[in-house]
Amino acid sequence: MSTSSKRHVVIVGNGMVGHHLVEQLIESGALAQVDVTVFGEERHRAYDRVHLSEYFSGRDAEALALCDADYYASHGITFNSSEAVTSIDRAAKTLTTERGDYPYDQLVLATGSYPFVPPIPGNDRDGCLVYRTLDDLDAIREAAQSAATGVVVGGGLLGLEAANALRGLNLETAVVEFASRLMPMQVDAEGGELLREKIEALGVQVLTERATARIEDGDASRHRMVFQDDKVLETDLIVFSAGIRPRDQLARSCGLDVGERGGVVINDQCQTSDPDILAIGEVALWSESIFGLVAPGYQMAKTALSTLTGGDVSFAGADMSTKLKLLGVDVGSIGDAHGNQNPGARMFRYLDPLTQVYRKMVVSSDGKKLLGAMLVGDNSAYDTLLQYYANGIELPKEPASLILPQSGAAPTLGPDALPATAMICSCHNVTKASICSAIDAGASDLGAVKSDTRASTGCGGCASLLKSVVDHELTARGVEVDTSLCEHFAYTRQALYDIVRVEGIKTFSELIEKHGASGAHHLGCDICKPAVGSILASCFNEPITDAAHIPLQDTNDTFMANMQKNGTYSVVPRIAGGEITPEKLVVLGQVAQKYGLYTKITGGQRIDLFGARLEDLPDIWGELIDAGFETGHAYGKSLRTVKSCVGSTWCRYGVQDSVGMAIRLENRYKGLRAPHKIKFGVSGCTRECAEAQSKDIGIIATENGWNLYVCGNGGMRPRHAELFATDLDDEGLYRTIDRFLMFYVRTADRLQRTSVWRENLEGGLEYLKEVILDDTLGMGEELERQMQTVVDNYQCEWAGAISDPDKLKRFRSYVNDARPDPAIIMTSERGQLRPA
Amino acid sequence: MTATAMKHSPFTQEGQQASQKLCSKADLVAFSGVAAWLETPKGPRQVALFYLPGYPRELYAIDHHDPFSNANVIAHGIVGDIKGAAVVASPLYKQHFRLEDGQCVEDESVTLCTWRAEFKGDAVWIES
Ligand code: SRM
Ligand SMILES: Cc1cc2nc3c(=O)[nH]c(=O)nc-3n(C[C@H](O)[C@H](O)[C@H](O)COP(=O)(O)OP(=O)(O)OC[C@H]3O[C@@H](n4cnc5c(N)ncnc54)[C@H](O)[C@@H]3O)c2cc1C
Ligand code: SF4
Ligand code: FES
Repeated sequence: MSTSSKRHVVIVGNGMVGHHLVEQLIESGALAQVDVTVFGEERHRAYDRVHLSEYFSGRDAEALALCDADYYASHGITFNSSEAVTSIDRAAKTLTTERGDYPYDQLVLATGSYPFVPPIPGNDRDGCLVYRTLDDLDAIREAAQSAATGVVVGGGLLGLEAANALRGLNLETAVVEFASRLMPMQVDAEGGELLREKIEALGVQVLTERATARIEDGDASRHRMVFQDDKVLETDLIVFSAGIRPRDQLARSCGLDVGERGGVVINDQCQTSDPDILAIGEVALWSESIFGLVAPGYQMAKTALSTLTGGDVSFAGADMSTKLKLLGVDVGSIGDAHGNQNPGARMFRYLDPLTQVYRKMVVSSDGKKLLGAMLVGDNSAYDTLLQYYANGIELPKEPASLILPQSGAAPTLGPDALPATAMICSCHNVTKASICSAIDAGASDLGAVKSDTRASTGCGGCASLLKSVVDHELTARGVEVDTSLCEHFAYTRQALYDIVRVEGIKTFSELIEKHGASGAHHLGCDICKPAVGSILASCFNEPITDAAHIPLQDTNDTFMANMQKNGTYSVVPRIAGGEITPEKLVVLGQVAQKYGLYTKITGGQRIDLFGARLEDLPDIWGELIDAGFETGHAYGKSLRTVKSCVGSTWCRYGVQDSVGMAIRLENRYKGLRAPHKIKFGVSGCTRECAEAQSKDIGIIATENGWNLYVCGNGGMRPRHAELFATDLDDEGLYRTIDRFLMFYVRTADRLQRTSVWRENLEGGLEYLKEVILDDTLGMGEELERQMQTVVDNYQCEWAGAISDPDKLKRFRSYVNDARPDPAIIMTSERGQLRPA
Repeated sequence: MTATAMKHSPFTQEGQQASQKLCSKADLVAFSGVAAWLETPKGPRQVALFYLPGYPRELYAIDHHDPFSNANVIAHGIVGDIKGAAVVASPLYKQHFRLEDGQCVEDESVTLCTWRAEFKGDAVWIES
């Protein structure tokens, strides 16, 4: 019971758009005029449906949530979750849920949509699922546990997303599409064909022009899908993704106007046929259109806020351009992508069957304006094309140059060419002008602009454009972005690297003397010393145990072992490619037993011996080296492991010897010191048992050689590696990796994995391909030579250390006494020692 | 060593100072640290020795025990300077401690013990 005299606004549905309205109400100060109650049918509070698929790749419900758990309550908003609204009484201005009746003054329907399941007999069998909510994904995950194969019905955007999820759950996956191509809404026949090739190459079967007639018991699998042409397909699990339908049931039953094919009719103020009831998001039908994207929904939320608080903002439609990565394949669609809405429009098309890239532009009859565009296989032109389209910027004299392959850098529309009204972030409606005013009001870096304007905090698609606009505007205002490494060097890591190489500087003391920041003391610090140590090692590969380099290293490098939380160290010998002889396995066991070491198989296909005392390290390594082991560099910012699958030697599917290749690669690049650690994976076929696509360098065998993927990452922010070159022979593979890695070593920032480096690289993957594959900078051979120097100068650091009495002295725990450290106390668990 | 630094050392009391020889110069590592056992009136104690040849002050002795990780590891940290003061960074969680007085840069309430150490010829002597 509310005694307040405020108007009572009720929001039905707590999805992305409903939540956005709540945020707007809070931020605008409207809560002074209105009381807000929210009903959500799901048990979770609003979450990021756009990134729903990440639920399968590590983000849990909490991480996907759009706000903190107490956000609503702390602003006095009542939020009832797991409570669906079942009817509305417009005359009495009340609504009903299964728990009771509630009054309202104004009501907002934000009920979204539901996945359409075609009326096929058998569509309600166990294991027939949809892809819309977290609960749906839980159900899919559960069903996948007892399934080997999965089929997605529907080859549109969401269908492909679902297919990727099934593939991620290790199901053999097929997509069944009714139309003659995939993504019929976004791409044309050529694009669809290319998309099909790319997706089939990923091991997903694509069946087009298939209408399912019924689903029944299968023989080998749980279900059999029978198509209208009587062909059949057996599968254990089916996900329907055949389009969405607005959840307009509530509106229908209380007599509001709905469209012929569904959707609650709204006007420019987002009001339904009852002015006290508004509708926003995917449930709303505006000018005969449903907008199945989040950005238009957010615009509607802003309009609704205005309508609820007496403002005059109106909704004027929204651009449906999209940029997506589906199953790792870029797809972009801008404006009238098919060119069928603008009579007289002209088409430009570019198709490269080798690199599998398709670009199309729809241009006005006078050749001056871009009306639409379609991209498959490479979205690097998307941002530029979108700006031409959205701002009506006049096209260059030869419009074709925008989609033709370039020998130099791709023609981009510089941030200064954009008008102030240019929309930079469509999710949050942020224009170039609003970015400029944020900067003028004091935002002095990208982070500040993001939090002030919220740009790039929605779908994230505008991130690179935002960065270039912000950088440009800051520079234009004379703001210098401080890129100093630390207080000792006013240079970036890349600049220091060049200085070291050009001047042939071989020690830290020489470098800081000649190039240290003026006024700084010359001891350095724990930022610049390891960074310089790594640069020196990448350039000259002298043993890091040499006296001049010792003080530069983190303790892990100094003692060539990783320090554990109790001050003991771990021992990780190299087990190249994960292949190990029984004899060597026995030695590892014996050494671990003798020195009381905890033994574990690592995530990198090798064996880690934990709990070694500093003073025992040389003896342990002596025994390991005698048995033929060498250091695994588990401590270094350097090559860690090359993970391999068993490959063609044993596996019935293998098409190349992945183990042999992994071992050759590991032996080639071991010892390469880099800005951060580097991991490889080599799989013997497209089933990808070595998870190569999550590595800095991923290699997947093909019938003809090797496909090379680059810049993947596991860890905190997983990133799929991108396809870089196809069907390389062995030599070509080494050469490409030589160049790639050396270019990374030269230009990356300290502690920057290849993934982050790639994301910050201006020009992106295209630029990288140009430099590495087309050698546009003419430095390919030099990079190879440099790598060869590193390879030739390799020596096992541990072997070097134990044969040098001076170096061995370092491994005494105490210089004046052989007493062991009494603070290291072990206890036993599951038959092994661990820190107490 | 300054009077402030001495205040922080629970083992240094006026009139009770005794010197002991710990090791030789050859045991030290230039611009880095080593650990040694020190006998104090309250029993044995682990000390980290840092050697900065050519600097106005060449030798520092500071607690080897890292209060943040509770492990004896300070001698294995990287030596550097922050705004002109010589520091060591803990190898585990990377807090910085000033060599001069043991003050932790990141947390005012934490200070390591420091001792006065000096060369007598090639020998390293320390007051305990
Ligand atoms: C031992 C091991 C865990 C295990 O028991 O399996 C391990 C242990 C450590 N990992 Fe790891 N990681 C191990 C495999 C991985 C993997 C899996 C893999 O390589 O396939 C990953 C994700 C893949 C990736 O890197 O992309 C992984 C991602 C990380 C990260 C996050 C990196 C990132 O880019 O986000 C760190 C932190 C860092 O490097 O800054 C880290 C750091 C560490 C450190 C070095 C933390 C530290 O500084 O003390 C751990 C100490 C290792 C030691 O003392 O020997 N470890 N770590 C694995 C050793 C593999 C090996 O044989 O060398
Ligand atoms: C896998 C996936 C990927 C997507 N990717 C993109 C993308 O890349 N870009 C993009 O722009 N869009 C994408 N979308 C679409 C985007 O998620 C939607 O446009 C957006 O979520 C619509 O927001 P909404 O609030 O209108 O609906 P929803 O987010 O669906 O929220 C509606 C909520 O209302 C609740 N509800 C319904 N009826 C009632 C009732 N009677 N009582 C109480 N609660 C009720 C529902 O349970 C639901 O929680 C994707 C969608 C999916 C499923
Ligand atoms: S990736 Fe390797 S192990 Fe897996 S199926 Fe292919 S060849 Fe066999
Ligand atoms: S366009 Fe989606 S976050 Fe900017």
